[in-house]
Amino acid sequence: MNAFIVISLIKVAIVFAVLMTTLAYLQWVERKVIAHIQVRPGPYRVGPHGLLQPLADVIKLVTKEDLIPSYVNKPLYLAAPFLAITMALLSISVIPFGPTIEVAGYKTWMQLTDLNIGVLFVLAVSSIGVYGIAFAGWASNNKYALLGGLRSSAQMISYELPMTIAIAAPLLISNTLDLRMLVGTQAGGIWHWNLIRGGQIVSFIVFLIAAFAETNRVPFDLPEAENELVAGFHTEYSSMKFAAFFMAEYANMITVSAMATLLFLGGWEAPWDAKYGSGWVPTAIFALAGFVALYHGINPPRKRDRLTFPAFGVVFLGIAVLFQIPMLQEWILPLFWFAAKTGAILFAFIWVRGTLPRFRYDQLMGFAWKFLLPVAMLNLVATALGVAWLA
Amino acid sequence: MSEVPVSWFLTLSAVLFALGVAGFLFRRNIITVFMSIELMLNAVNLTFVTFSYQLKQVSGHLFTFFVMVVAAAEAAVGLAIILTVFKNRATLNIDEMNSMKD
Amino acid sequence: MDVVLFLIFAIIAVVCAINVVVQTHPISSAISLIGVMGSLAVLYLLLGAEFVAAAQVIVYAGAVMVLFVFVIMLLNAGRETVRGRSFMVQLLGVPLLIAFLGLLAWIAGQFYKPGTGVHFGGFTGGSPIAIGRALFTTYLLPFEITSILVLIAIVGAVVLGRKEMD
Repeated sequence: MNAFIVISLIKVAIVFAVLMTTLAYLQWVERKVIAHIQVRPGPYRVGPHGLLQPLADVIKLVTKEDLIPSYVNKPLYLAAPFLAITMALLSISVIPFGPTIEVAGYKTWMQLTDLNIGVLFVLAVSSIGVYGIAFAGWASNNKYALLGGLRSSAQMISYELPMTIAIAAPLLISNTLDLRMLVGTQAGGIWHWNLIRGGQIVSFIVFLIAAFAETNRVPFDLPEAENELVAGFHTEYSSMKFAAFFMAEYANMITVSAMATLLFLGGWEAPWDAKYGSGWVPTAIFALAGFVALYHGINPPRKRDRLTFPAFGVVFLGIAVLFQIPMLQEWILPLFWFAAKTGAILFAFIWVRGTLPRFRYDQLMGFAWKFLLPVAMLNLVATALGVAWLA
Repeated sequence: MSEVPVSWFLTLSAVLFALGVAGFLFRRNIITVFMSIELMLNAVNLTFVTFSYQLKQVSGHLFTFFVMVVAAAEAAVGLAIILTVFKNRATLNIDEMNSMKD
Repeated sequence: MDVVLFLIFAIIAVVCAINVVVQTHPISSAISLIGVMGSLAVLYLLLGAEFVAAAQVIVYAGAVMVLFVFVIMLLNAGRETVRGRSFMVQLLGVPLLIAFLGLLAWIAGQFYKPGTGVHFGGFTGGSPIAIGRALFTTYLLPFEITSILVLIAIVGAVVLGRKEMD
């Protein structure tokens, strides 16, 4: 019992630290990717290639004046960002990152807690997260904030339905609500994943579209866009509370990408078996990145890069070597595959943001109720018929 | 004693139900009346689940499920009615909705 | 440990329920009702009803109460004025309620022998598999009828919410 508590506390500390760093650097990745889509460099002054930009943003947000207007409903005003970010971080606690590992004699999962209703827990927590936005809009005592908050909450609950029905289809195939067992049923290579063997391509697309709307991302970010409705529900918020809403949005993005990976893409399982060399893939990718960085470091276009490119090259080569150490391989390889798949979906989120214009609100709601929901239901019926016929 | 007696759950359910009835009878705002009805339904759900535990059957959970579905449907239609009434009378006080009284 | 958990969440539930009835602004009542539903979900977990607990949070606290909160925010009707009530009612009301509930608690306690209490893990039949099996075999007819009921409710809500075409 004692060891269990100590191990759990250590896991909580590790996951929290990694998550906070990932949230900060996810914003850096987003700004760089959108900048390169728009053929401009993005942040590159603060630190090498703008890598210290998140630190600069944190310092700016913390030192900004934390203004609480006098006409707001204070208890709800203070509780709303707290609720939003608590629910966003809570849903990470059931996401499994890898298989069972053994550290210093203790067997433990690479997951904070393994609930047998894991999928329902994530859905429940995201349902409560809607209240953070609704109360932010109401407490601000401002017509525009109220309308923005109501629109955003209505959008989130409308898109929860196609999302839930799209989740139900791979659950019919995997037959379990436990997230760890869900990955277990997809073991054995890319042809066992729910996307390929279960044929759940329609569910995957419906889930991703609903996830875009759930997390208030483009093309569904009308309620919080800066040039609409005076910035929507977070109009009256400043400094850390504003930062809390944005951290909540990025944490929600990470959660839905992780859920898509676990439900459709096989979690931490490698696409082909390790004995056919899938252990060499991360090494190859990082080694390639390292050699490209070293090559460009020889004659860089900008003078300051004479130091940074070779430094990055050496770091990448070091990581490539790290993936080949047999003692670390058992837990670092599943972690790599999980991070790679989740990262690919996050890249898709950022790519779509840089590419698509946004929906008008009535188009957005009509799309959910008149198109996504029927498509998700038809997919569920088709999956059920397929499972019944093949079983 | 690390077991909670079953009667405590039933008492809690009775307390919640009584508070729901009190809210239903005493409040004038129609939305608060509606919320007291939801409180009563929740108390009944707790009773169902408690008896399901005591008799070691799953049927109580299923009845809870049906009560939740019916409560959701009732909330949807009831709130739509409230919105229509507010549009016509601009008040949410049930004492002032007495135009059918003689 | 189970007793401590039960007492904490039962007290939260009762305090929030009293708040629902006593508060003047409907939005405070709505937030308190969300609190009641959350603590009831924890009590369901204690009773081994994990699927019902998740359904309570997803459906009741996460969808039905959002509807209530929307309507309150849209209508924005403000606080309710408390009109005078007779002094006798106020004097006798709460003590009579407490006496009645105390009597009920004593009678309920007489029916149960000690040692048949509720503890974590006492009932493992509340898993989604058990519920699914019972729902689609024994209770198939109520399931189909409630789905038609929900369809009727959707049609009713859409008709009531439509703008009148004059």
